[in-house]
Order: sequence, then C-alpha cells, then structure tokens
Amino acid sequence: MSAINWRMPRWFYQMGSPKWFYEWAGRLQPWFAGSAFILLLWGMIWGLAFAPADYQQGNSFRIMYVHVPAAILSQSVFMAMAVAGAIGLIWKMKVAFMVARSCVAIGASFTAIALLTGAIWGKPTWGAFWVWDARLTSTLVLLFLYAGVMALNQAISERQTAGKASAILAIVGSINIPVIKYSVEWWNTLHQSSSFSFTEKPSMPAEMYLPLLLTVLGCYCFFSLLVLMRTRTQILQTQSQTSWLAAHRDIRGE
Amino acid sequence: MYFDSFQDLWQMAGHGVYVWSCYALFVALLGINLWHGMSQRRRAIKQVKALLRRNM
Repeated sequence: MSAINWRMPRWFYQMGSPKWFYEWAGRLQPWFAGSAFILLLWGMIWGLAFAPADYQQGNSFRIMYVHVPAAILSQSVFMAMAVAGAIGLIWKMKVAFMVARSCVAIGASFTAIALLTGAIWGKPTWGAFWVWDARLTSTLVLLFLYAGVMALNQAISERQTAGKASAILAIVGSINIPVIKYSVEWWNTLHQSSSFSFTEKPSMPAEMYLPLLLTVLGCYCFFSLLVLMRTRTQILQTQSQTSWLAAHRDIRGE
Repeated sequence: MYFDSFQDLWQMAGHGVYVWSCYALFVALLGINLWHGMSQRRRAIKQVKALLRRNM
C-alpha cells in the first residue's frame, strides 16, 4: 500500500491561517447576516399569517416553522462541531478548534429552542408538555452533550488541549445524532416523523412547506454568521501579539 | 392573509398563546446569541487595543 499522499485544496490550508480566516470570515459575514434576516422574517411571517391551518392540528402546527429548523440545526451544529474538531485533530489546525468552540453555545441554544417549543407544542397536541419519548429523550441527551463540551472547554485553560478534549467528546457524542434521527422509526413514539427528507416529495402542500424551507435556510445562515463572528473573536483573543492584527483596520480603528 | 382579522391572527382559535410564545422564544434566543456574539467581539477588540497601547 502506498503512503497516503493526498492533499486538500489550497483554500483548506489557507483557512487554517488565522489571518486568512479573519479576512474571509469578515467578508462573508454581511451576506449571511442579510440572508438570515430576510429568510427568517419572510418564513416566519408566511408561516404565522399566510400558511393554511393544518386539518388535524389547527393553528398550533405553525410552531413547526420555528421548532423544526431549531431541531435540524441542533443536530447539524453538533455534526459541524465534531467535523471541525476532527479536522483540528488530524491537521492540527488551531482555527478548526476555534470553529468547533464557536459551535457550542449556538448549538446548545438551538437545542434549547427545539425542546422548549416542542414542549409548548406538545401541550395542545398531546396534552402534555413532556413525555419520555425516544425523540425527546435523545434530544435532551444532546443538550447534555453540548453542556459537557461547554464545561470541558471552560475547565481547560490551555486552548489547544481544551480543543482536543472537546473534539474527542464531540466525535464520540455524535453517535447520538443518528439515534435522534431514527428514533421515530426504531421506537414506538408519539413524535411525528420527519417533515423533510432529501429523497421523498414533502407530504405537505407547497404553501405549507415553503415557509419551513425559508426558516430552515435562514437558521443555517444565522448559524454561519455567528460561527464566523465567534471564531473571529477567538482569533482576536489569541493573536493579539501578532503584527498583522496590530496593523489591522479593526484595531487601528479607521 | 389566512386569518380574517388581526384579532384572529392573535388568537388563532385558542392556539395563539402557544404559537406566539414559541415565536417569541425563538426570536429572543437568537437575539441573545447575536447580542452576546457582538458584545464579545467588542470586548476582544478593546482588549487588543489596550494591550497594544501598553506595549508601545
């Protein structure tokens, strides 16, 4: 077997440079901010006031337009965190650990939103705020995993070591993601099955699922914005001794 | 609009309290995240500036 000698594209290594990342993230941020604002506002107004009511659940189904994107993001952000952590471990990239660290708070927030809006939705639909159902329980475990990664990051003051330890926890914890995803199929559950899938046509009419598509995309843009912003903050915190940062317009204040 | 009046939109045939509280929670938590991210950035910039002034 020949030695592994493949290389990643050039931009991949450039993104590993804090200076490069800082510049590019700064350029991308306004686009994500604008898209997130438009998509979320549009999707939420459409979902609240214009989408038709569900024939079974009535108007309470409108909670879907905030609950489903939060739930999708809670899982995607965890995967992003695990992948960024793995990149940090494999290529020893500081910036990748920073990206992973930036994911924690926003991922935990999306998980909390999913659980809270799910509880509020559960009351008129199932008659209870909480049931110990497989989907709900595995999502609660996800929240605890985020809390674990957050605690680990804060307990270890040396950032590189904290990054490595958190990456390992994130990678191991990502076993929970397929459990959440397939929980509605593996166990008897109250929770309804997926609203979206890549392979099948949505079971809802277009005027019901298009607002959902908007809020899901809006949440992805919002997440991207915040990860870039938080990673840039970490670059500011750790690169304060470098000449490029001292000369940067953000610091010189022009 | 799907509803006949803003009154209807607010009440949603009894589901208004659930729906509106979910949307409020969603917007509030995203808002807190944005605010926190921005305030941390401002603080970091201030710290770098202070450090540079000390080293000058």
